[in-house]
Amino acid sequence: MRLLTARDRVVLGLMIGVPALFVLAIVWLPTLGTILLSFTSWNGIGGLDRIEVVGLRNYENIITNYPPFDIAVRNNLLWLGVFFLVATPLGMFMAVLLDRELRGSWFYRSALYLPVVLSLALAGFIWQLQYSRDQGLINAVLGLEGAERIDWYGDPSINIWAVLVAASWRHVGYIMLLYLAGLKAVDPALREAAQVDGASEARTFFSVVFPTMAPINIVVLVITVIESLRAFDLVWVVNRGRNGLEVLGALVLANLTGEASLVGFGSAIATLLIVISVVFIVVYLGTILREERK
Amino acid sequence: MSATSHPATTGATGTTPEDRVPGQAGRPPGTPSRTARRRRRTTPGRIALYAFLTVTALLWLFPVAWAFYNSFRDYAFTAVNGYVSFGGFTLDNYVDAWEQGDFTQYFVNSLIITVPAVLVVLALSSMAAFVLARFSWALNIPFLIFFTAANLLPQQGLLIPLFRWYSWVGIYDSYLAVILTHIAFQMGFCTFVLSNYMKTLPKELSEAAFVDGAGVWRQYWQIVLPLCRPPLAALGTLQVTWVYNDFFWAVAFMSTGDKRPITSALQNLQGQFFTDYNLLSAGSAIVAIPTLVVFFALQRHFVSGLTLGANKG
Repeated sequence: MRLLTARDRVVLGLMIGVPALFVLAIVWLPTLGTILLSFTSWNGIGGLDRIEVVGLRNYENIITNYPPFDIAVRNNLLWLGVFFLVATPLGMFMAVLLDRELRGSWFYRSALYLPVVLSLALAGFIWQLQYSRDQGLINAVLGLEGAERIDWYGDPSINIWAVLVAASWRHVGYIMLLYLAGLKAVDPALREAAQVDGASEARTFFSVVFPTMAPINIVVLVITVIESLRAFDLVWVVNRGRNGLEVLGALVLANLTGEASLVGFGSAIATLLIVISVVFIVVYLGTILREERK
Repeated sequence: MSATSHPATTGATGTTPEDRVPGQAGRPPGTPSRTARRRRRTTPGRIALYAFLTVTALLWLFPVAWAFYNSFRDYAFTAVNGYVSFGGFTLDNYVDAWEQGDFTQYFVNSLIITVPAVLVVLALSSMAAFVLARFSWALNIPFLIFFTAANLLPQQGLLIPLFRWYSWVGIYDSYLAVILTHIAFQMGFCTFVLSNYMKTLPKELSEAAFVDGAGVWRQYWQIVLPLCRPPLAALGTLQVTWVYNDFFWAVAFMSTGDKRPITSALQNLQGQFFTDYNLLSAGSAIVAIPTLVVFFALQRHFVSGLTLGANKG
């Protein structure tokens, strides 16, 4: 470091400086901008001089005077709940099963993570073939006719569940993959020692393997939370996040692109999303960096 | 670190392991494979395990398989016989989808966006990672947080100011706006993965180069970067799928539909009052083909790329 020539210092500065400027200009400053805009009212038209500072009024309105917000919060929590209680544990469970030397495990593994490769938008279309009221497979298999037919994507009382099935379909594969890598990193000697001692497979897993995987468990949980907060593409493809499919991410866009573009109001929702995310980003980075120092 | 693929399938004699029925090996008795010698008993538990795995795998494949099946069927046939039927096979849907969806144009759009975005993000993030991993200074950790956290923020959180900013600079509704956003947003993930990898390279390499009088740039370009082929391949694969699959930024920053990438072409096939699902399936298959090719051809890179980020090896 001390031996660096002036030229080398300039080169180093540029190598870190240019990428950092990129991220600063396109990610961090806009994020800050969103937070600032959330305290203002602006219809997005006209110059910046037409921005009016309104303090916390947008936040007040969101909470007291904006019914879709409650539904969105409930849906995001539902999303988190399903991922946390069903999809993530299932992904972990599949990883544990596939971590053993099984015949044809490549097939099982590939089948589970195939959906991860497809875009969420495409997943929305593919599942439409199951859910469609008139032409969908589910109604046909259930033998529902005429008015009995269920509009899985359209009925606001159930469509969130239909979407969650499709979202979980992708999430399970993703978690399985992450967890499989975590399991591979576990020292096999630990397992063998436990088995020599006569521990059952379940016992070996819970008492020996699982505790050594604390870091990956945290990573997986944080990813689960962040993915739930980011929920957007799937509901946007189905019905632009309306009529039962409200989620925070879609409300932001709906408020900006709607007829009355409510920049301040949309920014306030986005800010809430940022604040919740940051809490988990801190947990995530804390875990990663602690591992780093080891 | 990287999942060396298919450990269970090595050591097979003659028959490919995929052909064999689980639980009952298709080879003469007395010639057990390596796995068989380890612990292979046809216990009820094992049969149940295979049954469970097979059912789950088929369940997971089903939606894709169903879409694929219907993409080869005639609309008139399914309209009469219902979707749950057999027959009416045709390739017309693919031809129609391609033409009606204007897929040539959209594929070109995707190419124009994906190639520069992935190349630039790999170039810039490898430079940043090089500085962060190979030189220690006070700001190492803050910079790593600065990059990595940026990738985890919700996309909606930067949308409005970015939208305004692009309009002001005059690049709204251009490929450039989408490319720049991808580069900045993906930089965090790539920098994080690459810096972790570069830290594992022996320090002696740089020291020797230093003594020989190599400058910083030569160390990066001629020594460190060539050693980073594995993570670069993994990240390249992953970034191609992610950028190609993107829907959000393209919709947000492009008002002209003709410039949007292939992911949005499907909307052209969705009628306002009635939807031909066979046509839509064919369109979905066409859109999925590039990612499926990447997935099957570069499976190892894809998997290791995903896991490199979450679980530093």
